[in-house]
Amino acid sequence: MELSTRFEPKIVGFLCKWCAYTGADLAGTSRIKYPPNINPIRVNCSGRVDPTLILKALASGADGVLIAGCHPGDCHYTNGNVKTMRRFKLLQKMLDQFGIEKDRVRLEWVSASEGERYARIVDSMTENIRTLGPLNWKSKIEVVAQ
Amino acid sequence: MTKAKVAFNWASSCGGCEIAILELGTKLLDLKEKIDIVYWPAALDYKYSDLEAMPDKNIDVTFFNGAIQNSENEHVAKLLRAKSKLLVAFGSCACGGGIPALANTKSRELIFKSSYKETPTTENPENTYPQSKFEAPEGTLTIPEFYNTVKTLEQTVDVDYFVPGCPPVGPQVGKVIETFVSGKLPPKGAILGASDKSLCHECKREKTDRKVAKLVRTYETIQDPKKCLLEQGIICMGPATRGGCEAVCLDANMPCRGCYGPLPNVLDQGAKMLSALSSVFDAETEEDIQKLVDGVVDPIGTFYRFGLAQSLMRRTKQ
Repeated sequence: MELSTRFEPKIVGFLCKWCAYTGADLAGTSRIKYPPNINPIRVNCSGRVDPTLILKALASGADGVLIAGCHPGDCHYTNGNVKTMRRFKLLQKMLDQFGIEKDRVRLEWVSASEGERYARIVDSMTENIRTLGPLNWKSKIEVVAQ
Repeated sequence: MTKAKVAFNWASSCGGCEIAILELGTKLLDLKEKIDIVYWPAALDYKYSDLEAMPDKNIDVTFFNGAIQNSENEHVAKLLRAKSKLLVAFGSCACGGGIPALANTKSRELIFKSSYKETPTTENPENTYPQSKFEAPEGTLTIPEFYNTVKTLEQTVDVDYFVPGCPPVGPQVGKVIETFVSGKLPPKGAILGASDKSLCHECKREKTDRKVAKLVRTYETIQDPKKCLLEQGIICMGPATRGGCEAVCLDANMPCRGCYGPLPNVLDQGAKMLSALSSVFDAETEEDIQKLVDGVVDPIGTFYRFGLAQSLMRRTKQ
């Protein structure tokens, strides 16, 4: 058997515990197939995801970051996800300036019953990033450092 | 009593930090009783050969201002590290990269092209660009190598203390030098001449919970000099910036640009400011949010004006 040499993106997922993480759980218990490229991190609310965490993930070797929370209006903390949306739009503009492609960092709404939707998001994200290739932020910076 | 041997050096910076030392005024003359300035190229006539001739650890404390943008800066940083017992990163450029680190949003090629070809006042038909080596009939001529990425002092050599500010404000400079003269030194890595709280704690402007529906730049509005600038829609870096300067810019009706750097335990000043700024957005829908985001014309230049080199990303992809 030949070992696959295709690029496997490393994606960090910040999933809100009330909706997206439960949705991801449902994807698992429903035995829905999706790529193993995502490394989920359970957070209390998508509004808790400091932009520092996203930048740190990218700078430390992640090829992409997914932030997923409750649909607007469904937030367990009333409006945490709206706060995320405000922050995310601004972050997107800044990441674009840094030269990081839009497909690498995504904000998605996944409810606890949307296991299928979660799986398809991870699907498309993995494929999009596979096409973009590795981010390799640190080594790229070091190559151009001198 | 033997006098403490002190050195001041100027790398990639504007020279404002040297002026900050002169801001001590006549105090500098009193200091002369306690310290011996053994190296200060900006004010007194010293050559690198004088520095090279010194034995190692000869200087008690070196105040190093400026970022590391070329091989000369790096060479002097390494030389001063070897010759000094204590090395202090003095000013925003040495601490976080400062204004020179905004060059990290471009590549060396783009910077050269802009400076030596595209500026309207430049005529360069032979496409002459600076080379680090040139073979002249008299021999090989060299100039320092210009780096693609600006580094902080700490990314180049081991640093003992940090004094942020662009430039560090006069009263704080006095206190910092006093600290070294007294010999009562804080633990290594400490940030001197600054507070551990955000600038907002020092700012005298009135703060409420007002949110903004539109961002404006300073020239686009007539501001209320008593009220928080963020609440008036002017981007002010205060919430994400270390205090210590007594909010001098705010007193002059200018927003904080963030020169005192990130607060304690903060990895990335820009990310924190991005968060703080979006928290004052008065917008619930995507369209309204987008309108506010459009008001941030240059996110990197705004959030990392003085600290791109020490940020998590360090530079843009080129």
